[in-house]
Amino acid sequence: MHRFANPARFTRLADRILPFAAVGTVVALGVGFYLALFVAPGDYQQGESVRIMYVHVPSAWMAMFIYVAIAVASAVALIWRHPLADLAAKASSPVGAGFAFLTLVTGSLWGRPMWGTWWEWDGRLTSMLILFFLYLGHMALLNAFEDSQRGYRAAAILALVGVVNIPIIKFSVDWWSTLHQPASVMRLDGPTIHPSMLWPLLIVAVGFKLYYLTVVLLRIKSELIAARLRALDLATVKAAEVQGQAVQG
Amino acid sequence: MRGLALLVARDLRLALRQSADAWLAVLFFVLTAALFPFGVGPEPNLLARIAPGIIWVVALLAVLLSLERLFLADFEDGSLEQLLLSPLPLELAVLGKVLAHWLTTGLPLIAAAPLLAVLFHMDLSGLGVLLLAMLLGTPTLSLVGAVGAALTLGARRGGVLIPLLVLPLYVPALIFGVGATDAALLGLTARPHLLLLGAVLLVMLVITPLAGAAALRQAIE
Repeated sequence: MHRFANPARFTRLADRILPFAAVGTVVALGVGFYLALFVAPGDYQQGESVRIMYVHVPSAWMAMFIYVAIAVASAVALIWRHPLADLAAKASSPVGAGFAFLTLVTGSLWGRPMWGTWWEWDGRLTSMLILFFLYLGHMALLNAFEDSQRGYRAAAILALVGVVNIPIIKFSVDWWSTLHQPASVMRLDGPTIHPSMLWPLLIVAVGFKLYYLTVVLLRIKSELIAARLRALDLATVKAAEVQGQAVQG
Repeated sequence: MRGLALLVARDLRLALRQSADAWLAVLFFVLTAALFPFGVGPEPNLLARIAPGIIWVVALLAVLLSLERLFLADFEDGSLEQLLLSPLPLELAVLGKVLAHWLTTGLPLIAAAPLLAVLFHMDLSGLGVLLLAMLLGTPTLSLVGAVGAALTLGARRGGVLIPLLVLPLYVPALIFGVGATDAALLGLTARPHLLLLGAVLLVMLVITPLAGAAALRQAIE
């Protein structure tokens, strides 16, 4: 694992993966949305508005997936002091917050025709709102310190505490109120959703995953470059200082 | 164990010498709750209906108010470094600090809760369960809050950050706490809610010493 702690080696690997991930994102999202918007049938009760599902459900999956990814990266960073894991956690959380926000917005838009309100304090939407706040807290803590290392360390501990608490929060909110339809894809006895609707859903989900991979790799790369620039700046300042002293002397 | 007792005694003595801080939390608790009748109108039925929720939310905010000073004074005057160097494991020290915080914040809030129940025309048959739920729930608030307070030590705008970190994690305690009281008021059994509240407390009792000690270590490093 520490093989990839070397920035140059990581950048080479990232450069090799990035084109595939980017093209994959475009293709999967293109095909997925085409199937979702034009090929998949409307629902016999919900009509055309069911198509919001093809954005709403994969975003919700991604929002949960990315928080777990952040927690794994945080554990790696805390246990092995792996420098890239810190950067990965930092790069992930705005993306996760974005997906959580997208879930909330599409949920609200879908709720308007279905439930008759823009916002319903339904169990799953509410726990997504809390997840969104957890992302915001993670991002705020990351940027709250003069010393970026402290920000990484503190945010990593927060992410681990958060990931233990998420199931508790989810369960308590479900207990508190629920109006949502029960899970229809991730079930032990197989999905209850028709294949013509399941396929676009899965393809969009793959597209979102690849999008996440692309963005995280790009963001880690730009963080590495920014760190190098800072180091170079410092070196020039040092050199100028030494030169100044030499002239004076 | 002796070190732990000494630490708790020290914190309690400090809190008693500056008893204004402890009073402030209780005063905030009563005062903020007293604003609600102005906001929603003085109708007794409505107030009785929302009483458990208001008492819990306001208690949560009062605990939040007192969190910043949990580690900050020790961090600023260097006692925290002494604590880190002492033979007492830091995990235990965190538990000791939390215990002292709960004794000076959570316990006074529980003592003030019957007053609010009367002010809000709450059916007093539910009072016992309300107090029991607060007895199980307020330590959770102190425990979760301690992690937030430790993580934000030395941060820019630390005081503003704590609510953002801690409030989402307070949701389970709030839900089960209000649920227990509401169930008792409706004549149902409050037992499942109280058991879950106890379960959340046990989970946090395990997590907080670990996470809090890790957070303090990286704050001092």
